[in-house]
Amino acid sequence: MNTSVRQKPYRSRAFLTVFFKEVRENLRDRRTLISAFLTGPLLGPILFVMLLNVSLNRELDKADKPLSVPIIGAQYAPNLIDALKAGDIVPAPPLADPEKAVRRQDADVVLRIAPNYGAAWRQGQPVQVEMFYDSSQRDASTAVERVSQLVESYARQQGAMRLVARGLSPTTAWPLVVARRDQSTPQSRAVLLFAMLPYFFIITIFMGGMYLAIDLTAGERERQSLEPLFANPVPRWKIFLGKLAAICVFSSISLLITLVAFALVGQFIPAEKIGMELDLGVHFAAYVLLIMLPVLLLLAALQSLVAAFAKSYREAQTYLSLLMLVPAIPSLLLAVLPIKSAPWMYAVPVLGQNLSIIQLLRGNGIEPMQLGLCLAGSLLAAVIAVLITMQLYRSERLAISA
Amino acid sequence: MIEVRDLHKAFGPVKAVEGVSFSARDGEITGLLGPNGAGKTTTLRMLYTLMTPDRGEVLVDGINASTDALAVRRQLGVLPDARGLYKRLTARENIDYFGRLHGLPEDVLASRREALIQALEMGDIGDRRTEGFSQGQRVKTAIARALVHDPRNVILDEPTNGLDVMATRALRQFMQKLKAEGRCVLFSSHIMQEVAALCDRIVVIAHGRVVADESPDALRKQTGEANLEDAFVKIIGSEEGLAA
Repeated sequence: MNTSVRQKPYRSRAFLTVFFKEVRENLRDRRTLISAFLTGPLLGPILFVMLLNVSLNRELDKADKPLSVPIIGAQYAPNLIDALKAGDIVPAPPLADPEKAVRRQDADVVLRIAPNYGAAWRQGQPVQVEMFYDSSQRDASTAVERVSQLVESYARQQGAMRLVARGLSPTTAWPLVVARRDQSTPQSRAVLLFAMLPYFFIITIFMGGMYLAIDLTAGERERQSLEPLFANPVPRWKIFLGKLAAICVFSSISLLITLVAFALVGQFIPAEKIGMELDLGVHFAAYVLLIMLPVLLLLAALQSLVAAFAKSYREAQTYLSLLMLVPAIPSLLLAVLPIKSAPWMYAVPVLGQNLSIIQLLRGNGIEPMQLGLCLAGSLLAAVIAVLITMQLYRSERLAISA
Repeated sequence: MIEVRDLHKAFGPVKAVEGVSFSARDGEITGLLGPNGAGKTTTLRMLYTLMTPDRGEVLVDGINASTDALAVRRQLGVLPDARGLYKRLTARENIDYFGRLHGLPEDVLASRREALIQALEMGDIGDRRTEGFSQGQRVKTAIARALVHDPRNVILDEPTNGLDVMATRALRQFMQKLKAEGRCVLFSSHIMQEVAALCDRIVVIAHGRVVADESPDALRKQTGEANLEDAFVKIIGSEEGLAA
């Protein structure tokens, strides 16, 4: 043979070759399939429905903590204010724009008393007390309920006294008594549950890609096939991208399955009992899919990164279980302290997805700017994670087992 | 044709390879002989560009590994020390994967694959998943996938490790065939008989250095030992790590 003859370089299709091989190989692995397409995506919906039903069957709250309510025109109705105070309502200074304050969640509920309250009261005419609130703000409804009950019972009490003063029995005015049997869940629990919903999606993505990510780096090294693989005339970054794509495909299928499952299961969640309308249909699923795409890439890259660091399959598994807890942090934070969202929060990966999904659940819809921030922030993080992992793939130690 | 000049490689304080030079010519079998831990595998890893040498250079068919690693890999067929297969793929699928990574067109790939399956007598295992393969079947599959792109140069790291007598014999015959086809065959071993029986040239490595680079006869002559094993012991200066 002539030593000066070079082997003809063929057209490279390494990315697709790696991608298809990894997909095919992992479709033959039962554990990966179960984790990606069964336990991972279905655990969330099942758990969700169970938790929700348990808490629906429980009564709670009404822990009468002092409630601060801005009252406009408090000076016109001192008796009413006293009655409210007796019900543990703390009058707060009036606000200039009650509508806006309520919409911006600056206040749960605002009362406005008209200046002619005193005059009308003395003449025995009905007077109006305006109550401003936003029923779609889930954490405000307990407060709204309390204030309206107090105001109404004060009104009834005053009405009864007027009847008595005229020699009539108060019962004549109430031919019918509504006995309320409140079946609603504690709102706080609902908040917790719905705040966890985004995390279910993230867990699903995570589980969908986890076994692949381990198998494709730590696993391949442990089985000693990474070294021969790297002896092929293919840049390592192409191999990595092929593997990354395979992970992403598996995790996105997981996500799809879970979205379909939630849509089905959503029919059985008695959301109206907790004063909410739960729409987990096509519109919701499409949005979730869109905002989760960068997270999908981010998680796949992070999983590969961590698995590439690990010395063995088991070690990778341990690290990844820990990593799985990290995306839970925003969900837990939002559940424990229902913070008011600021625009920058949408740009934080995972947190942005959390906030967006909560917005969707509320039926508020996502503003274009929020959506843009959410996608751009996560995509940036994903690209950085991909680049770092690519860099790690260039390391000499990566291929060598033991 | 593989040329190695003054290779150095250290892992932290451990100097694995300290100045290895030799060349392996086409149509010859070159044996890299040395006790365990002598630096054979590290040297070979630098040859197939898995590792970058701290110093020195590697030329494969005149291509410098440090400037065009991908072209060097294209010239090489490698059976590394690590020879894991994809156990959920069949032997044929394992071979195809590497063929496609080389970018072989499907028709070329199919004919190369079938030729190798025939040459390595693995027709009966071709469509079986490699999980549960015997050591010999695994090595055959690993060799087939390493050679699927018809490389001019073949590097085999301890190819007969763990093989039984029959498999070893078959592999030796296969290496002779590669040589007869005019390829440059470089393999490492710590087994004397193997090297004596196969090699046109023996490069003895000990403690990261080349201590001899001769034909087997010359080696015997040089040391004055009729037996190659005794010659080997004399050259490396100890019996440490010798396995026969």
